[in-house]
Amino acid sequence: MTAVLLMVLALPAFANEAAPAAQDPALEQRVMRLTSELRCLVCQNQSLADSHADLAIDLRNQVRSQMQAGKSDAEIREFMVARYGDFVLYRPPLKSTTALLWAGPFVLLAAGGLALGFYLRRRRKRLTESELTPEQRARAEALLHTRREGQTR
Amino acid sequence: MPSPLIDKPAPPFQLAQLRDPGKTLAPGDLKGKVWIFNVWASWCVACMQEHPLLVELSRQNLVPIYGLNYKDGRDNALKWLDTHGNPYTLSAMDADGRVGIDYGVYGVPETYVIDKNGVIRFKQIGPVTPKALEEKILPLVRQLQG
Repeated sequence: MTAVLLMVLALPAFANEAAPAAQDPALEQRVMRLTSELRCLVCQNQSLADSHADLAIDLRNQVRSQMQAGKSDAEIREFMVARYGDFVLYRPPLKSTTALLWAGPFVLLAAGGLALGFYLRRRRKRLTESELTPEQRARAEALLHTRREGQTR
Repeated sequence: MPSPLIDKPAPPFQLAQLRDPGKTLAPGDLKGKVWIFNVWASWCVACMQEHPLLVELSRQNLVPIYGLNYKDGRDNALKWLDTHGNPYTLSAMDADGRVGIDYGVYGVPETYVIDKNGVIRFKQIGPVTPKALEEKILPLVRQLQG
């Protein structure tokens, strides 16, 4: 009786053990989440999660087996960076070597804004400078006037 | 992109040798000498490009070249060496590519210069060119051997 009960109780555990690791949906989800943040180095702008490249498959397996061994996401990210550099991360850390990467767009935007402001100021100055003096205006009007009169005649 | 492995110790491994699987190769075996570590495979098309250069370099006996035969089959690899020449003192077999991951390999061929203390001093991704050999690799090797 106890033996049968034990066997019944043991059944679910047994079934769990028999399931291959690759079919553990929670683990697969975690693998996909982490590898979608990691760049496939041999692909054109694809993550490790998306790619079918040989190396991407190897690295996904590497990520999976490290997760099974109890490694945290941060530890696995460090493992990848130690081998492939910050380039492997889609969100590289902010440090001296990547500062330009992070600040670059803002620096460019500020430089563009400055250049635009400078240009507009120069343009306004040019426009006001090109305005006619009263004498010039009078002469121009006189010329236009005579010309118009000449035409009507 | 500079490799993060520069100035770091060559990651340890112990792999079966290509020609003599009963024996192994480990970076620790090579302490005390400067060596070139070249990642290659018989399926690697770009490897053909640098291969004559490596064969020529090995003839000059300036520096030993060790191979990492990456994700390849023993028969194919040996046949490839017989056909194209063997510049390697010996090659180790990284059949599943696990050691390649430790070396950050992503574009075979890749070439490392490793110093007497087992520290990686240079890495080339893609085929070694005559220019890289003359201007970077050989001067560095001479300096490290000096």
